[in-house]
Amino acid sequence: MDWGALHTILGGVNKHSTSIGKIWLTVLFIFRIMILVVAAERVWGDEQDDFVCNTLQPGCRNVCYDHFFPISHIRLWALQLIFVSTPALLVAMHVAYRRHEKKRQFRKGDEKCEYKDIEEIRRQRFRIEGSLWWTYTSSIFFRLVFEAVFMYAFYFMYDGFRMPRLMKCSAWPCPNTVDCFVSRPTEKTVFTIFMIAVSSICIMLNVAELCYLLAKFFLRRSKRAGNSKQQPNHENKEETKQNEMNELISDSCQNTVIGFSS
Amino acid sequence: MSWGFLRDLLSGVNKYSTGVGRIWVAVVFMFRLLVYVAAAENIWKYEHDEFECNIKQPGCENVCFDHFFPVSHIRLWALQLIMVSTPSLLVVFHVAYRENREKHHNQKLYRNPGEIDGGLLCTYLISLILKTGFEIVFLVLFYKLYNGFKIPHLVKCDVRPCPSTVDCYISKPTEKMIFLYFLVATSCLCIILNLSELSYLIFKYSLKCYLKRYMKKQQ
Repeated sequence: MDWGALHTILGGVNKHSTSIGKIWLTVLFIFRIMILVVAAERVWGDEQDDFVCNTLQPGCRNVCYDHFFPISHIRLWALQLIFVSTPALLVAMHVAYRRHEKKRQFRKGDEKCEYKDIEEIRRQRFRIEGSLWWTYTSSIFFRLVFEAVFMYAFYFMYDGFRMPRLMKCSAWPCPNTVDCFVSRPTEKTVFTIFMIAVSSICIMLNVAELCYLLAKFFLRRSKRAGNSKQQPNHENKEETKQNEMNELISDSCQNTVIGFSS
Repeated sequence: MSWGFLRDLLSGVNKYSTGVGRIWVAVVFMFRLLVYVAAAENIWKYEHDEFECNIKQPGCENVCFDHFFPVSHIRLWALQLIMVSTPSLLVVFHVAYRENREKHHNQKLYRNPGEIDGGLLCTYLISLILKTGFEIVFLVLFYKLYNGFKIPHLVKCDVRPCPSTVDCYISKPTEKMIFLYFLVATSCLCIILNLSELSYLIFKYSLKCYLKRYMKKQQ
């Protein structure tokens, strides 16, 4: 159980996302999770061992470390990534629910059901409209909120994004104001700035996706209002074209959502 | 053998769960298992090495650490995750038994072996009760063992061979406390989900039973 499992779960959601959503997912996995696992964890690996204070007083180092790092950067990022990935599960659950309903219809032998077999239902890609649009949009909204909250928490807890080389500590049992030295401060600052920058890119992608969905919604509404006066065939042609475009845009990622699709 | 095994197990369970059951599986995966593996495990990794007492007496640190942490938080957390996920296996076994029976008799005995009705409903309800029971037991255990959910940064120890009352410092107490509260919160969330699933199932099937009886009376 590790980040790979998250990748499998979210890969299934990928099929039903917009193009911007797919870019967001790629950025998340390559520039955040992979960097966290491959690089950042090593940089912060020896953080308490190499946190050195200019005193022999036992306990002073522990207390000072706890005072300056209530929660480690690396843990905060791990939590941020988990929270930011979770709203996508809402979409996965909604899709699974729709599939379940369609399967039920198919089993009952409903005439309205246009599928030839269960496999087709399993493979079908749902368009983002109706209630799925609301679920998808709220998931993006929650993603934005979580990203912003964590960025703010980071800034608030560490007084900015720079890691100082030296910290002055006077917490008990340190006998007086003691100099404590952080390990690898420059490397940590570089990675912190990198993760913050990628976080900001993800926020911008989410905002863009939100605007795109809202624009699509209002456009569809105005088209529907306009087309209700014209013939219905015209609207179907437009929708088929849109469908084909969406099929072309979606990539060949065939990861199925583990468990959620059955 | 690692947490991946538990993940595969729970994915199998997901197939035979209700909607609330699937939300429970998602919460266990994302907020408990993943947080444990990705974040919490590393906080407690060097807890013994970083536990420091203000004394040079050999053995004093060991004895004090053992006195204050009979079972480490992280081990209790892992045990809790395993125990809480296991009752779902009862449902998987029951469905497998049903499918086996159908194969053995070579005829369709059930409308759908995975549908929650009859005996499978009882098994499912029992698994829910067990899950909730384990969650509560572990929460109470945490509370009793560690005097609440707080982790102090300093503990005073006077166990032999420490010559007098000695100050011992715990590493990363604030970070540990944050994750402990996170554990408690997700535990409570899972308890609420289990209880609502329990009441939903009981309500649904009592209504079904009542309606059936009512229809029979009408006829």
